[in-house]
Amino acid sequence: MRVTISVEQVRSEWVRRIEEVSGQDVMACYHCGKCSAGCPAAEVMDLLPNQIIRLVQLGQVERALESQTIWYCAACQTCYARCPKGVDLPRLMEALRELAMQKRGDHLEIARLDVQALAEFPQQAFIAGFRKYTA
Amino acid sequence: MRYFYFPGCTLETKAVGFNRSAKDAAGALGVELVTLPEWNCCGATFPLSTDNVLDLAGPARNLVSTAEAGGDTLAVACATCFNVLRRTNHFLRNNPETLEKLNAFLERPQPYAGQVEVRHLLDIFVHDIGLEAIRQCAVPGLRGLRAAAYYGCMLLRPAAEIALDDPERPDIMDQLLAALGAEVVDYPHRGECCGAYLTVKSPEASMPMSYRILSAAERAGAHVLATACPLCQFNLDWLQARLRQQYASYRPLPVLYFTQLMGLAFGLDTSGYGFEQHYVDPRPVLTQAGVLGEVKAP
Ligand code: SF4
Ligand code: SF4
Repeated sequence: MRVTISVEQVRSEWVRRIEEVSGQDVMACYHCGKCSAGCPAAEVMDLLPNQIIRLVQLGQVERALESQTIWYCAACQTCYARCPKGVDLPRLMEALRELAMQKRGDHLEIARLDVQALAEFPQQAFIAGFRKYTA
Repeated sequence: MRYFYFPGCTLETKAVGFNRSAKDAAGALGVELVTLPEWNCCGATFPLSTDNVLDLAGPARNLVSTAEAGGDTLAVACATCFNVLRRTNHFLRNNPETLEKLNAFLERPQPYAGQVEVRHLLDIFVHDIGLEAIRQCAVPGLRGLRAAAYYGCMLLRPAAEIALDDPERPDIMDQLLAALGAEVVDYPHRGECCGAYLTVKSPEASMPMSYRILSAAERAGAHVLATACPLCQFNLDWLQARLRQQYASYRPLPVLYFTQLMGLAFGLDTSGYGFEQHYVDPRPVLTQAGVLGEVKAP
């Protein structure tokens, strides 16, 4: 697959906004892979957490937003706890989720949830789920 | 000892057994938990974006209410509420501008200055009451029961803000369970995520996450898993019906709140602890281990 990387993309408004909303400098990551190695959700992700950072570093924001990884991040903070560069990846994931929902709308259609299961969930599951998956 | 207590939404509804047993266990140790007047939902996740000022108003209001009621400590049983309230407090203490904005927004007579300490019950029990006093209170105790302490995310991370235990090698709950007389099993993945809110939309994602934890504890010989979080309890318990179908090596493992185990160890009346509401019924295992009286046939 052919990927074009340009200075304009790397310095795009989108990258700037992601850095602003997350409070992170994406260039701080040097891809040691420790975040991905310890991520408990990695096995269901289509891209590893550090690959998401790589895409943002290269200005490939659209591709990062298309990945299911941002929705499978459980904000568990394991990666942030272990990152030797102090990159707060959960904040980066949150910024990407927010941006994805600004562009494409909510990730969760409440009306399509399984009503029977819903009756069994603890309150905090909905509140957290709705906050992560709806704008 | 007397503390203001924050129950949170889930403990007042789905996790009443956690709420009941937390108050009971505290009472048995001489800790009076006074429910915070006018408490409100903590928000269930700490807002992670930098433009989060309004999202902090909810959790912050509980801190303000504690200070206004004359309290210096807010005791929390739910690990998630504890995490959100503690992170909020930490953030406000370190961001005076946001604190000022929120004080202006909340319009309360006394501006909040970050003076309240948010503490988890594990911390209060182990550090204020002490393991020796707990050991003395643990009659009949949990002898015969092998318990695995599960910490998950919320009691541990981010460590600089939560500061309850070592995020890679926590043992505060292990110490407590050992003081109750249980045989504590060592197992990996004790601080790993169960899947949290992923279950709302994608149980297929939280299933392998929960399975890793349950199967590690079960292989280590645990009779039960102990938790401090109603969402962990739900995922690790509710998902087992699906795990049974997905994994040939699946073995059932009851998931209990650490306070339910305290109630059992202290010989308290556990009839309001909601054991019958658990998906994997803990009563047969508890009975077999000799820590719960005979279960009557339904
Ligand atoms: S652990 Fe930190 S530095 Fe290493 S790849 Fe992940 S984000 Fe980058
Ligand atoms: S916070 Fe997200 S990306 Fe980081 S380890 Fe947890 S699930 Fe993986």
